[in-house]
Amino acid sequence: MTDKTHAETPDAAQFYLTEDHHPEGSTMLGFWLYLMSDCLIFAVLFATHAVLGRNYAAGPSPADLFDLGLVAINTAMLLLSSITYGFAMLQMERNAKAETLFWLGVTGVFGLLFLGLELYEFYHLIQEGAGPTRSAFLSSFFVLVGTHGLHVTFGIIWLVTLMVQVKMHGLISENRRRLMCLSMFWHFLDVVWIGVFSVVYLMGVVG
Amino acid sequence: MFDDTNLTQLIFGRLSWEAIPHDPIIISTFVAVVIGGLAIVALITKYKLWGYLWNEWFTTVDHKKIGIMYIILAIVMLLRGFADAIMMRIQQAIAFNGNEGYLNAHHYDQIFTAHGVIMIFFVAMPFVTGFMNYVVPLQIGARDVSFPFLNNFSFWMTTAGAIIIMISLFVGEFARTGWLAYPPLSGADYSPGVGVDYYIWGLQVAGVGTTLSGINLIATIVKMRAPGMTFMKMPVFTWTSLCTNILIVATFPILTATLALLSLDRYVGTNFFTNDLGGNPMMYVNLIWIWGHPEVYILILPAFGIFSEVVATFCGKRLFGYASMVYATCVIMILSYLVWLHHFFTMGSGASVNAFFGITTMIISIPTGAKMFNWLFTMYRGRIRYEVPMLWTVGFMVTFVIGGMTGVMLAIPPADFVLHNSLFLVAHFHNVIIGGVLFGLMAGLVYWWPKAFGYKLDDFWGKMTFWFWQIGFFFAFMPLYVLGLMGVTRRVSQFEDPSLQIWFIIAAFGAVLIALGIASFIIQLVVSYLRRDQLRETSGDPWNGRTLEWSTSSPPPDYNFAFTPVVHDHDSWYDMKNRGYERPLAGFKRIHMPKNTGTGVILSGLSIALAFALIWYIWWLAAVSFIAIIAVSIGHTFNYKRDFYIPVETVTATEDARSRLLAERI
Repeated sequence: MTDKTHAETPDAAQFYLTEDHHPEGSTMLGFWLYLMSDCLIFAVLFATHAVLGRNYAAGPSPADLFDLGLVAINTAMLLLSSITYGFAMLQMERNAKAETLFWLGVTGVFGLLFLGLELYEFYHLIQEGAGPTRSAFLSSFFVLVGTHGLHVTFGIIWLVTLMVQVKMHGLISENRRRLMCLSMFWHFLDVVWIGVFSVVYLMGVVG
Repeated sequence: MFDDTNLTQLIFGRLSWEAIPHDPIIISTFVAVVIGGLAIVALITKYKLWGYLWNEWFTTVDHKKIGIMYIILAIVMLLRGFADAIMMRIQQAIAFNGNEGYLNAHHYDQIFTAHGVIMIFFVAMPFVTGFMNYVVPLQIGARDVSFPFLNNFSFWMTTAGAIIIMISLFVGEFARTGWLAYPPLSGADYSPGVGVDYYIWGLQVAGVGTTLSGINLIATIVKMRAPGMTFMKMPVFTWTSLCTNILIVATFPILTATLALLSLDRYVGTNFFTNDLGGNPMMYVNLIWIWGHPEVYILILPAFGIFSEVVATFCGKRLFGYASMVYATCVIMILSYLVWLHHFFTMGSGASVNAFFGITTMIISIPTGAKMFNWLFTMYRGRIRYEVPMLWTVGFMVTFVIGGMTGVMLAIPPADFVLHNSLFLVAHFHNVIIGGVLFGLMAGLVYWWPKAFGYKLDDFWGKMTFWFWQIGFFFAFMPLYVLGLMGVTRRVSQFEDPSLQIWFIIAAFGAVLIALGIASFIIQLVVSYLRRDQLRETSGDPWNGRTLEWSTSSPPPDYNFAFTPVVHDHDSWYDMKNRGYERPLAGFKRIHMPKNTGTGVILSGLSIALAFALIWYIWWLAAVSFIAIIAVSIGHTFNYKRDFYIPVETVTATEDARSRLLAERI
């Protein structure tokens, strides 16, 4: 606590601290900055989609291709996974290791379902001849949605890694910090997906 | 199962003996590099230095050592980049009247591309990052950066990028597209070879390092400042570093995404920047400059910070207008994001759009001008000591203003339609990058050298370096302004009109003077090292400095500060000296520090393998190295024992040794 007081009203005659100085942890800020940099990558992809999204090159348009029902189920999977991640964090606060692991596992399953549906959609589109090389619209569609999917994939790999680490070492402070970071990452992907769902699918089909 | 060609392709992709260039210039360079490299390896082995290098340097997480390694990388790459420059100057000076010169167009195009890429990404960037790494934690009274391992990793990723670019010199070729690789020229149809792929993967790998080091330094500056150091008490260099790193985090992801889209066009056949199937090459030009314009401010802002420190120190005065300096820096940071279109007024965005971007560009000269006056007013009635850093600063003030004014000329869209893509533009940006960034870095090097190594740099050779660079710059680039006004375009390897030749000869003479400047610089380093006992600096504060880095010993101990300083003023060390600060001599405690790790080196090596595999279509190697990168990264997170304590005896011994040194001075 003494450190805090110094930070606010330093004694004019004091030139150094005699006690250890513990700056507050930087990890959350650092990870948040990373997320913002990642957000810019998505911003570029959204901007690209905004510019190229109507360039069908005499090929199929969103109305011809997208099955909004499937996308709605997909969206539900991802939103549910965010909620279950939230449950995991609540259990972590209660220091309940087994429950935390359980909800992390559920989150992973929802993530996998989301990815599975996305891959099914991609496969289906490519089968129809609407692959990423067909038109600029499809290029930007596949890359924007695919980049999000790639993030979810890495999120799942990270989730499994953390589950192993929590199992090995319990809910120690390092692991709690890591779970917090992954939590931010997971919710961030959720927010990005809401953008994808609105801009790519809804506005594509309706607009 | 496979016939021979298929098997070779499976193992080596498109790599074959054909890829080794047969050009005598490249072969002789290659032989020289191999001999030099083997000699260095032999010497390191002979003196048994591998263990020392690995334990003390390669795996270090100490921000000071990482900073020094960044600057070594920058100086090595400066030699490569300058070799490209002087080759171009000689070519252009002789390629007249039907003489084709000694570089064919294929080779010449690679050289100007490599020159630009290397000078910006692998000289200016690591130089600037090196200073920020070394100086910022010391200036804010911290013991290291926020994420020490990430710092080591960032350095090695930058180095990996540089190595990938260097490999292109001897295996395959480099891009022939200019330093920003506009499509459709850089697309698969017009650049089918490996050149653009080297460009893409070199920058992508280095870009990871740059983005992460930006995040690291922002977190460090925001979270690790000494007690009492509010934002408006931070040294100006730390302020400019903060703004630069915000720009890095806010722009490098755009470069990463843009290059990723270009590589998808090249590898997968998507249609982002193609001419057919709905692609739009102009999208690339916009995106790359949304990164590219802030990039030049990423480079110049820390240089402004260095000049601010140097002026205040060598005039023995507080910096004039500290607050206005901070606000000017922040305004430049924001405006730098709103001017990108001035790089392509001629692309046809229309009069209103061009007018908007022309005006925003001109507005940037206001905060920059404010800074210039702040430095002048700091000098006014100061006790100016014309030490070498101050010479660079005054040289900068004269040179940079000329470059700034030609910049405002280029910002006028109608004038730009005449000057676009001409040598006038080339002269302008060399004027601001050499006269601004490079002069700042040289000033910083002489200024902080005694802090890093414990001895000052030789004065005579420092002055030689300065004068050769300063005069050489004017000889090399003023003729380009003239040629540009006469309508000569950039990136041309041969000329028809003999009346132009004299200007190119003058420019080549300037390049020779700059070569002498670089030679003097290296002589300065060698001479100073040999005379280090005479130049020894034991006070820790050779210039009568004003900020916290001068309160430590030279070089500072591993832990920087035995006790965390408490800050009352933005010139905090000056304030401490004035108010009777006495160095603590007892009561030391053990100090918590991060442990070294080799993971950064390993990941960087694997990234080189991955990039090389992708460039040459060696898919098995790409898959193996990618999986290895993931595995090593995950493996690293299973190591929870990442810190240790420096025992109190070591701290006491280190501090006592310094007390003895200080006592000897009196």
